[in-house]
Amino acid sequence: MTLLRVVGLTKKFGPHAVLRGIDLDVQPGERLAILGASGSGKSTLLRCLNFMEMPDSGTVMLDDKVVGRRESELVRVRQRIGMVFQQFNLFPHMTAIGNVMEGLRTVRRFPKAEARARAGKELARVGLADKAETYPAHLSGGQKQRVAIARALAMDPELLLFDEPTSALDPELVGEVLNVIRALAEEGRTMLLVTHELGFAYHVATRVIFLADGTIHEQGTPDEVLKHPTKERTRAFLARHKEFSL
Amino acid sequence: MRWDFASVFTNTDALLVGAIGTLHIFVICLVLGLSLGLVVGLGRYARTPWFRWPATAFVEFFRNTPVLVQILWFYFALPMLLPFEISPLAAASLGISLNSAAFSAEIYRGGIQSIEPGQWDGARALGMSWGQAMRRIILPQALKRMTPALTNRAIEIFKMSTLASAVAYVELLQQGKLIASLNYNPIEAYTTVAVIFFVFLWPMVQFTYLLERRLRRSE
Amino acid sequence: MSYRWDFTPVVTNAPLLAEGLVNTLKVTGVSLACGLVLGLALALMRLSRHRLASWPAGFVIEVFRTTPPLVQLFWFFFALPLIVGVEMTPFLAACVTFSIQSAAFFAEVFRAGIQSIERGQWDAARAIGMTHGQALQRIILPQAVKRMIPAFMERAIELMKTTTLVATIAYADLLFAANEVSQKSFRPLETYTVVALIYFFVIFLASQFARLLELRLARSGESTVH
Repeated sequence: MTLLRVVGLTKKFGPHAVLRGIDLDVQPGERLAILGASGSGKSTLLRCLNFMEMPDSGTVMLDDKVVGRRESELVRVRQRIGMVFQQFNLFPHMTAIGNVMEGLRTVRRFPKAEARARAGKELARVGLADKAETYPAHLSGGQKQRVAIARALAMDPELLLFDEPTSALDPELVGEVLNVIRALAEEGRTMLLVTHELGFAYHVATRVIFLADGTIHEQGTPDEVLKHPTKERTRAFLARHKEFSL
Repeated sequence: MRWDFASVFTNTDALLVGAIGTLHIFVICLVLGLSLGLVVGLGRYARTPWFRWPATAFVEFFRNTPVLVQILWFYFALPMLLPFEISPLAAASLGISLNSAAFSAEIYRGGIQSIEPGQWDGARALGMSWGQAMRRIILPQALKRMTPALTNRAIEIFKMSTLASAVAYVELLQQGKLIASLNYNPIEAYTTVAVIFFVFLWPMVQFTYLLERRLRRSE
Repeated sequence: MSYRWDFTPVVTNAPLLAEGLVNTLKVTGVSLACGLVLGLALALMRLSRHRLASWPAGFVIEVFRTTPPLVQLFWFFFALPLIVGVEMTPFLAACVTFSIQSAAFFAEVFRAGIQSIERGQWDAARAIGMTHGQALQRIILPQAVKRMIPAFMERAIELMKTTTLVATIAYADLLFAANEVSQKSFRPLETYTVVALIYFFVIFLASQFARLLELRLARSGESTVH
């Protein structure tokens, strides 16, 4: 069974077509790295998958069932797809553990003690058990992003979407977040990762997708796309990111 | 029930007299309030406490008492200390103008404070005196930022002018009361008065929104 | 100056003035509470994507912000009872007028507050599967309300000053009591001066409290919305 299938997805912002027909299948256990220049539609593609943006046309299927547009249906789908944002988007008025518990309490209706126990486990998994009662304002960027990952994990998602999770971080904090994502990869979780960390993509992804002009320009194994690209634009893109070490 | 606006329209002259009364007191209070406000606002900037303290006391007192209380004080209380009567227009104008002066003084102060210290330095480096720098460099820039707040004040003054009816000054609301009591048609009379005020004020409010938007874009 | 001050009539009528002050606070309190609830409802309607909700809300807000409060009060006291056929007491008219009027102002405060919350907060709330209502209630409003407190305080103080208008429709608030005492005693100077000072004292205290609260909020790192 295909976990996620996207057919003919398009999205316009005003007159500007950001996605022009995306077809994509994701099997359980796959890890897709999505690359592309800024403005190529990477983030929009990710945001269309859990309907943070409404696609203009095309279908998104989860377990071979088409996802409709009613709020009740979207809410159910979003519970199955976790998302981690570039800017973390932690809730500033809640502690770290409060952030992780929020979905369990409000959406899943867990009793408080149960939600707290579960949230504590997720915080421990990202190495922040000792920061449970800390407010986001007193956490470093890397710690904030790890809390955000724990918040997504607490909902037991079948699919994780990472939208440039390290782009807003100071260079010395990138490593701790990538380590957490790598550990999730080793657990065999299904994930889609928009990133500029080409080295990380090479080692962690099972498949690499290169987006250009709102279409999938080239895709294949990390070796194929990153080391032996066949298309001119992919090569030009990689040349501009030479600094990455494979 | 049946609405009957004919009884209001036969009294158009009375409404016209009221409208003139409203505009009359509005202009008086606008000019007095905004100019006195500038004096008080600058007074809060003075280096000598002899200006600064009275200016601060003035602002605090008039911002923290209701206008209607001030108007009634000027109308009923003040004449006890004076050898002459105070007209409704004078009492209402005094109350509204002093109140508006206190509020606009804070607008001027905020506007002047928002100008970067570098502008003062630049003006003084050219050899300008404090007054010259204020007049030529600081105020022109500050005024631009203050315009939305000042037009808002003007709108408030226009609305406050209705309080003059409490001392029987002849303005729109007072005439509305008169028409309502003569013709037993309060619904039509007060609705008409409300509509007239809306027609006067709506363009002013929209203009203020426009200024606010433009200022936000230019900053 | 030949005038001889005599505060005795004011002192003997202190209970009347005290009762007036209580009535002033009563109208203020009721209008504030109703105004907040109604203001939130108006703000949510105004922000709604459905025109059937946003247009009427916008209309109410505009009308009550662009007509003089005293005209509104007269309309609700003299005109409305004839239209709907109920008897209107001065207290009821005052509460209705000032509730809707402050709701119109509060609605704009709520709206600015809600709009000041970054889009990422909505994103994060929806991404964990919250509905629009859940996100609003759990994530957006708690943050927005904190930023709105100074603007609320300012409005509440304005409201207390505006309530003096009820004296013109013979509701026995502090100002009306002053009028009565001054007519009974022929001592308008002393009466109105004392009453002006009472208003000043109460409102000044409230302003200082608001200022203090604003300072504390600013220190805790929350910005202010006006």
